[in-house]
Amino acid sequence: MKNLAIQAENISKQYRLGEVGTGTLSHDLNRFWHKMRGNEDPYLKIGESNDRSTKGISDYVWSLQDINFEIQQGDAIGIIGRNGAGKSTLLKLLSKVTKPTTGSFKVNGRIASLLEVGTGFNPEMTGRENIYLNGAILGMRRHEITRKLAEIIDFSGVERYIDTPVKRYSSGMYVRLAFAVAAHLESEILIVDEVLAVGDAEFQKKCLGKMRDVSKGEGRTILFVSHNLAAVKTLCNNGIYLKNGLLNYSGVIDATIETYLKDTKGQIGVPVSLRTDKIGNKKIQISDIVLKDGNDNLISEIFSGNSLKIEFYFKKDEHVDISKMIVACNFSDSYENIIVGWVSDEMEQNFNISLKNKFTLEIPNVNLRPNNYSLNYQISYKTTAPQDFCDVLQNAVSLTVLDTNFFNPDIKIRSGHSSLMQANFI
Amino acid sequence: MEQQWTEEIKSNDSLFSINFKEVWQYRDLLMMLVKKEYITFYKQTILGPIWFFIQPILTTSIYVLLFGQIAKLSTDGSPQIAFYLSGITLWNYFSESLTKGSSVFRDNAAVMGKVYFPRLIMPLSIVVSGLMKFSIQFTLFICVILYFTFVKGLIQPNLWVLATPFLLLLMAALSLGLGMIFSALTTKYKDLSFLLTFGIQLLMYASPVVYSVTSIPEQYKWILIANPLTGIFECFRYGFLGSGSFEPSSLIMTTCITLIILGVGVLVFNKVEKSFMDTV
Repeated sequence: MKNLAIQAENISKQYRLGEVGTGTLSHDLNRFWHKMRGNEDPYLKIGESNDRSTKGISDYVWSLQDINFEIQQGDAIGIIGRNGAGKSTLLKLLSKVTKPTTGSFKVNGRIASLLEVGTGFNPEMTGRENIYLNGAILGMRRHEITRKLAEIIDFSGVERYIDTPVKRYSSGMYVRLAFAVAAHLESEILIVDEVLAVGDAEFQKKCLGKMRDVSKGEGRTILFVSHNLAAVKTLCNNGIYLKNGLLNYSGVIDATIETYLKDTKGQIGVPVSLRTDKIGNKKIQISDIVLKDGNDNLISEIFSGNSLKIEFYFKKDEHVDISKMIVACNFSDSYENIIVGWVSDEMEQNFNISLKNKFTLEIPNVNLRPNNYSLNYQISYKTTAPQDFCDVLQNAVSLTVLDTNFFNPDIKIRSGHSSLMQANFI
Repeated sequence: MEQQWTEEIKSNDSLFSINFKEVWQYRDLLMMLVKKEYITFYKQTILGPIWFFIQPILTTSIYVLLFGQIAKLSTDGSPQIAFYLSGITLWNYFSESLTKGSSVFRDNAAVMGKVYFPRLIMPLSIVVSGLMKFSIQFTLFICVILYFTFVKGLIQPNLWVLATPFLLLLMAALSLGLGMIFSALTTKYKDLSFLLTFGIQLLMYASPVVYSVTSIPEQYKWILIANPLTGIFECFRYGFLGSGSFEPSSLIMTTCITLIILGVGVLVFNKVEKSFMDTV
């Protein structure tokens, strides 16, 4: 049996909403009064689960509620969930930035957290001094840092600037240096929160590689929070899916991601006009989307290479000039990576002013590998700036691409998530 | 095999669970923070440490003019410059440590919200880096003392001079303790930070910084006796200037009060540090 690295028991975290400060003294006195009489904290009962989109009745909210899990040593755990699901709160509790309202963690080994890159960097100090400062904040001893200094500088790739104050650094260099320090920590458990959002592609790759070395090669435990599902999938072997502060699923990473995606795509079967996850000012609204093949038959599956018509039915406010509408739509894979997309203004297409309630996107050949794809769209007015979004919907409808013999009538193309393109090896 | 745990993160810790061992493990962080303070102060200033001299010199001149020449307050026969400078040197260290210490949570919320380290390190680093400035101003004070002792022959320092490190330690502990109490309370009740700003000003007048204890009328003496700073200031002046009404018993009382305040400070700070991020 492998040893456990972390065991969480009934972890909950309650936060107070609104203006913290008004009424704290009266609440504190009330708490104290209950405690004196041996009663439970009166404010612990009234929290609600954390669904940020609906208005709650109570001022207190449970950011995390009754979380239980076990993590084995050497595991790489991906923590996924929508914004506000409690991922960062969980990591904050684990890294002891704040304490849980109820429950406890048992931990075996030193925890180092890399929550936000560059925290604790001092702009006036040089890169070298900051390595020492940041290392010390993360719990390293001076001699440990000295021993690893060359390695850290080498990994960061900012050797030339190492004796320059970091305020002169570009943001990329900043991140590189900070990650380099944290990655060389000698801790048994490493917590990583969204650090890969910054830095260029090459460095991101390097970070992921380093993290893989850390977990697989050195047998250290990693907890990784990211919205980049592809990165989570490649790096982690197990996952935890949080939803509105509750533990929705924990298990093997593939199954965790699948559960999460099924949840986010939960509305994909719902008619577009009834969807509640739309955003935008609704000056123009898509009321229905219909997929048709070349012979105008309704379809939801298509053979790769065949022609496809996507019919968008819309409603609009009276004064809206439809010729100024800009439509962007794309197909994405099940990890929400965009595979192929079209934007009407790039295609120099203006919509006819007399357009009543429907426009169509005609795709002569759907050259995609066999798999499931979902259609996302974004309707905007005059510009593609966010304030001009009229109607935006992810995973509006799904399209299954069936197997194909794209290159040669006798050879089937393997399934996968990518587009196909004619080419020859010579 | 029985599962081993090295640590447990709980929702409720006992009030006295203070991990001093951990603070010791992070001693390198303390040194780095002091170094940071030092570097950020000097970088891109032309005069650098000279600024530390200018402030006490100007303040002393004003005190000599205002309290010495105009108000004609008694200095127990000591030269006015040496008398006021001794008060200012000590007071500067105390008030700065207290002011900075009392806002330690708010000033460092960004770092503390991201990473864990024993929070006690932060107020400790403030008290220690304050010593750097103090030692510079103390050098100035020593020069003045040497001048008045050997050139003018106006004062006779005695062996109580040797108590200075202890006095410094007391003052550090006192400002640390008070700073921690206030920093813990201000995370929730911001009003206190306003109170503290003028509270420190008032405290200066309730301490023998610009006057000597002997010049205070009998009916107000209790204020000075209750003030733990009195013992420190009187002992310091008695040692270096050979004047004043110093009694060793007052130093013992100061030590007791300081230890109590420090103890309360550590407890309150320890209680708040685990969840202050939610309220700050």
